[in-house]
Amino acid sequence: MMQHVAELAYLLAAIIFIIGLKWLSSPVRARKGNMLSAVGMLIAILVTLLDKQIVSYGLIAIGLLVGSVLGVWMARAVKMTAMPQMVGLLNGFGGGASLLVAAAEWYRLIQPGQLLTTGTAVTIYLSSLVGGVTIAGSVVAALKLQGWVVPDRPVLFPGRHALSIGLILTVIAMGVYLGYNPGTMWAFIVLNLASMILGIQLVIAIGGADQPVVICLLNSYSGIAAAMTGFVINNHGLIITGALVGASGIILTNIMCKAMNRSIWNVLFGGVGVVVAGSGGDKGAALRAKGVRTITQEDTAALLGYGKLVIVVPGYGMAVAQAQHQVRELADLLHKRGVEVLYAIHPVAGRMPGHMNVLLAEANVPYEALLDLDAINPNFDRADVAIVIGANDVVNPAARHDTSSPIYGMPILDADKAQHIIVMKRSMNPGFAGIENELFYDSKTQMLFGDAKKTLLGLINEVRTLE
Amino acid sequence: MTDALIGGIVVFVLASFVGFEVINKVPSLLHTPLTSASNAISGITIVGSMVVVGMITPELSNVFGVIAVIFAMINVVGGYLVSDRMLAMFGADKKKDEKEAKS
Repeated sequence: MMQHVAELAYLLAAIIFIIGLKWLSSPVRARKGNMLSAVGMLIAILVTLLDKQIVSYGLIAIGLLVGSVLGVWMARAVKMTAMPQMVGLLNGFGGGASLLVAAAEWYRLIQPGQLLTTGTAVTIYLSSLVGGVTIAGSVVAALKLQGWVVPDRPVLFPGRHALSIGLILTVIAMGVYLGYNPGTMWAFIVLNLASMILGIQLVIAIGGADQPVVICLLNSYSGIAAAMTGFVINNHGLIITGALVGASGIILTNIMCKAMNRSIWNVLFGGVGVVVAGSGGDKGAALRAKGVRTITQEDTAALLGYGKLVIVVPGYGMAVAQAQHQVRELADLLHKRGVEVLYAIHPVAGRMPGHMNVLLAEANVPYEALLDLDAINPNFDRADVAIVIGANDVVNPAARHDTSSPIYGMPILDADKAQHIIVMKRSMNPGFAGIENELFYDSKTQMLFGDAKKTLLGLINEVRTLE
Repeated sequence: MTDALIGGIVVFVLASFVGFEVINKVPSLLHTPLTSASNAISGITIVGSMVVVGMITPELSNVFGVIAVIFAMINVVGGYLVSDRMLAMFGADKKKDEKEAKS
């Protein structure tokens, strides 16, 4: 009876998670949705305490307490710019928990008098595999994003595909071996180690700019790992919930890949980030010969201050310079002068999906002004000025027409359709994809060189002096 | 056991479809909080961790179990709190949290 009540309570928790996720689709209700989902988690935890298999509560209490304290501390300490690595790390903890539950169950079931059925064994090994890949991959991704220990660029070495295949075969071989010799400790350890090395190996080959995809994918894995744990302990609530998260991660991975004009296989196995396309060869040389026009802060301020609609195109460069607060200050000034200011947010702006929105929201930019690709593009036609701050490839018109360009086919922001284009940039170095940007050489474009933050402060002063 | 496994697979597949349907509607504006919120939900592994620790198990299993509870709880608590911090910046009750975000 108690068992049935618990099953139903887990189902209730899963339904609450679904409703909570549904509410996340509107900025107004999103916060409540998140809280609702937390209530679902509380229900799941409380019901678990009533589980008849549980006989001692001391260790559970210690674990819950220590985890809560660490969780609160991490969540409070993290800066918004560091959110991608934070999410990556939290992901890793989830994956790690799945790995550990699998190990604990395995060790319990190989004791004399216990029965490890084939079905349970398979789910335990799968849980170890997914959990191991998730924890190791997440830690590497977080380190890369943080810029610690592991280099940001892709780390490629000869035979890495062979190594991956070898690792997968090792996991399978150990699984089969364990099927015939269930209690073999060394084989189980090898299985776990191989899974973790596989996780490291998958992520270390992927460059910093591709990390948004990795974070989404690992998120998906952590969901699948949770579902696997559900299979191990035979709990439908866990399976449903894990599947939800798995699906969410896959959708976001897909969106990111589309926005970067790449397939998931290309991201995972292409080792991209090392594509050095020269500088577009002859085309690049021709463009450079044309030269760029520059503009002063004073003239820029006049263009902005006397316009009707200004569209800001922020890129990761802006976030690195921590210039979002100055952008908002400038926008406020313009707003007071009756200029409409909108923001064009490309899906890959920032280091994880939606990251740029969070950074701008932190600077108190109203979310109504943050428009995604489809919503903003029709507006460039009527914009007086498009001001590109630290963005590059996402505004390169070559993506539309130059079939030889590596970014051909990538959805871009139509900044070139504005009447004036101001590009704020540190120097003329090409962007991540290593290709010259046609937009910079457009007759309507003027370059405003310098550090983003300082330049924006200059612009703010100039706009203040306008009539 | 096989029945349970098949039942589990059915549930897994159907729940994945529900997930696709629900999450497809989340706008790109909220994708970061969505990721961290769904991340927190994946901390549901806490349930498995707690059961493993609470059962009469060999010592080694207990050690793994306690670490699992800690990990899963960090995932749950950290995930929900960072999501909340971010969503507070988007939501209607923005003013209140401005100071917090700055500190």
